[in-house]
Amino acid sequence: MNDMRVTERTVTDKQIKMKARKVQVFYGDNHAIKDVDVDIEDKTVTAFIGPSGCGKSTFLRCLNRMNDTIDVCRVEGEIDLEGEDIYDAKVDPVQLRAKVGMVFQKPNPFPKSIYDNVAYGPRIHGLARSKAELDEIVEKSLRRAAIWNEVKDRLQAPGTGLSGGQQQRLCIARAVATSPEVLLMDEPCSALDPIATAQVEELIDELRERFSVVIVTHSMQQAARVSQKTAFFHLGNLVEFGETSKIFTNPDDPRTESYITGRIG
Amino acid sequence: MPLLWIIVIVLLLGAAGFVLGRQRAVASAGGDARILHSLPNYYGTNVLILSVVPALLVMAVWLIIQPMVIESRVTGMIPEAAIEEAGSRSLVMSDVRRVADGLDTAIAAGALTPEQARGMRTELTDVRARLGEIGVALGGEVSSEVLAAAQSYRGLKRSGNLMMTVAVLALAALGLAYGYIRTNREFRARNAVEVAILAILMLASTIAILTTVGIVFSMLFETFNFFELYPWREFFFGLEWRPSFEGGSDLGLIPLLWGTLYVSVIALLVSVPIGLFAAIYMAEYAGKRMRAVAKPLLEILAGIPTIVYGLFALITVGPLLRDYFAAPLGLGSSSSSVMTAGVVMGIMLIPFVSSLSDDIINAVPQSLRDGSYGLGATQSETVRQVILPAALPGIVGAVLLAASRAIGETMIVVLGAGAAAALSLNPFEAMTTVTVKIVGQLTGDTDFSSPEALVAFALGLTLFVLTLGLNVLALYIVRKYREQYE
Repeated sequence: MNDMRVTERTVTDKQIKMKARKVQVFYGDNHAIKDVDVDIEDKTVTAFIGPSGCGKSTFLRCLNRMNDTIDVCRVEGEIDLEGEDIYDAKVDPVQLRAKVGMVFQKPNPFPKSIYDNVAYGPRIHGLARSKAELDEIVEKSLRRAAIWNEVKDRLQAPGTGLSGGQQQRLCIARAVATSPEVLLMDEPCSALDPIATAQVEELIDELRERFSVVIVTHSMQQAARVSQKTAFFHLGNLVEFGETSKIFTNPDDPRTESYITGRIG
Repeated sequence: MPLLWIIVIVLLLGAAGFVLGRQRAVASAGGDARILHSLPNYYGTNVLILSVVPALLVMAVWLIIQPMVIESRVTGMIPEAAIEEAGSRSLVMSDVRRVADGLDTAIAAGALTPEQARGMRTELTDVRARLGEIGVALGGEVSSEVLAAAQSYRGLKRSGNLMMTVAVLALAALGLAYGYIRTNREFRARNAVEVAILAILMLASTIAILTTVGIVFSMLFETFNFFELYPWREFFFGLEWRPSFEGGSDLGLIPLLWGTLYVSVIALLVSVPIGLFAAIYMAEYAGKRMRAVAKPLLEILAGIPTIVYGLFALITVGPLLRDYFAAPLGLGSSSSSVMTAGVVMGIMLIPFVSSLSDDIINAVPQSLRDGSYGLGATQSETVRQVILPAALPGIVGAVLLAASRAIGETMIVVLGAGAAAALSLNPFEAMTTVTVKIVGQLTGDTDFSSPEALVAFALGLTLFVLTLGLNVLALYIVRKYREQYE
């Protein structure tokens, strides 16, 4: 089996959803991200790869201002969501995060029932006018996260009682339920076994039909399998960004080649 | 031989055992410590434990049992007539002990030789005068039976102590020898030490548990005595609390219990919201600098002695509540009130609730917060819907712990709410609690055979059962929610 195979996909010119220009991130005195320019396309899976500590997760967390919760973190440069600067003073980070959802490395279901986990976002944003509508959103989200059949008979059971893979799909359902425009995934499979990983990867491919997905991963096979665009980060720099097929087969930068062939990491 | 010397000798034997055991182990390995099963110090420790621990344990047990044995032996020597004359057996026995101690003192002071003390007769010597000369005062004339009993008491004690010394030292030496002989290259000293440490730890926890059991039993016996003198029905369901030491008192629990619960509820109504909100602020909102200053300040409250809170209640809060609330509302004119005590007690409990809740909220994993923020929740939505439910079992535990403290608090109530038992709904009326009445019934000249004094034990037991019930409830709630939330 060739894990490095790149799925042949037709890549048409798509609308650009998020645009980052000259982004700098500082953790106190530490310059963590330097001059990063990336375009996130709509209905595309973009993968961020790179060795540990290269800043890919940090950059991901800039896209929905999750870094705001860290006191010492400072972001400079410009990040646009559909032409609007998300770091503008007018923008409410809370509203932004409803539009740019996030799935984390470790499954983190709330200590609530499965239903309440998925209904959490719609409830706080007032997306449903009635109980029936909320039920519908929950069902649709769970179906979209490919977990409906497994949990439909126990929606009131605690979400923490599910298996690791199910928990992660529940978290994806929870993120999908607020109908975000972009879905950020920070190593969503690193705590999962291979079977659950395969399920989540399949799911990511399906999610591409409706959302723009950005995924941080340590597994180059995973990046090759699920993404259309790949960005390679190294020591806080964006080394190379382009079509996944090109990055994995014919990279421009020698560092990219060294990394995907396993020589630096 | 004095006790201290026995202990020192045993410890010296142990130290010698340590050195010998270690040496023997190293020697058995031909000087190469690497081929030993355990580190050399373990062999030494093993010998040390074997020589010290059993010897000291036997000594402790001996010290507890010996007086009992001697007492029962000596009591038999005293005729029934003498006991009836003195009133009770324990009074005679305390006389015997006094005379025996007096003789010891006299010998130590050189006024008597041991032979003289042993051969002393009431017919020939005025014992009271003789002992009086050297400063041992006796209440009454010493009868010949008491003197004889005292002499045999001394004799038994002497031989008992001698036997104990021999037994303890022999055991220490035996232990040392046994440990020393067992020491060789193959011996698993490390595991043996492990077992010994386990035994010591178990002993410590057993002592803690047995002490609790002992406290309960001592209260239980006195409570039984109380219920023999006073009908339990009137105690538990009596609506009046009017003790009078001339007899014929009403000792109803209800007014005291009502006061206790009323004060505690007010205290919790004050402390739980304030403490919890303070904890949420500290854990979720406050910056590092703010927390570094505010948290210790808040915890200073916990260090204030309750009597100081009581003064605060008496001088400041009481008059304030009376002048601005009770008097204008026409609810009373007393500065001692349930409200005063409750509010001040609530202030006392704030750091209790906040400090525990703060730890619990901090223990909620960051990933849950991230998950909630990642969905576009605000900070307070996250706190309300994710963090508090996750921290709920711990918070309930903190609240019930605070409730236990409120129920057991005495000083603030004495100074803030007064000491008059009353059964009233008015929060501005003076009331009192169970603990205050326990103190009240036992201070001053008390006769421990009257129901007025013994009722304190029944009250104490009731309080114990109440707080035990609260703790059990807390455990139940914590368990129940933990199933749901982890």
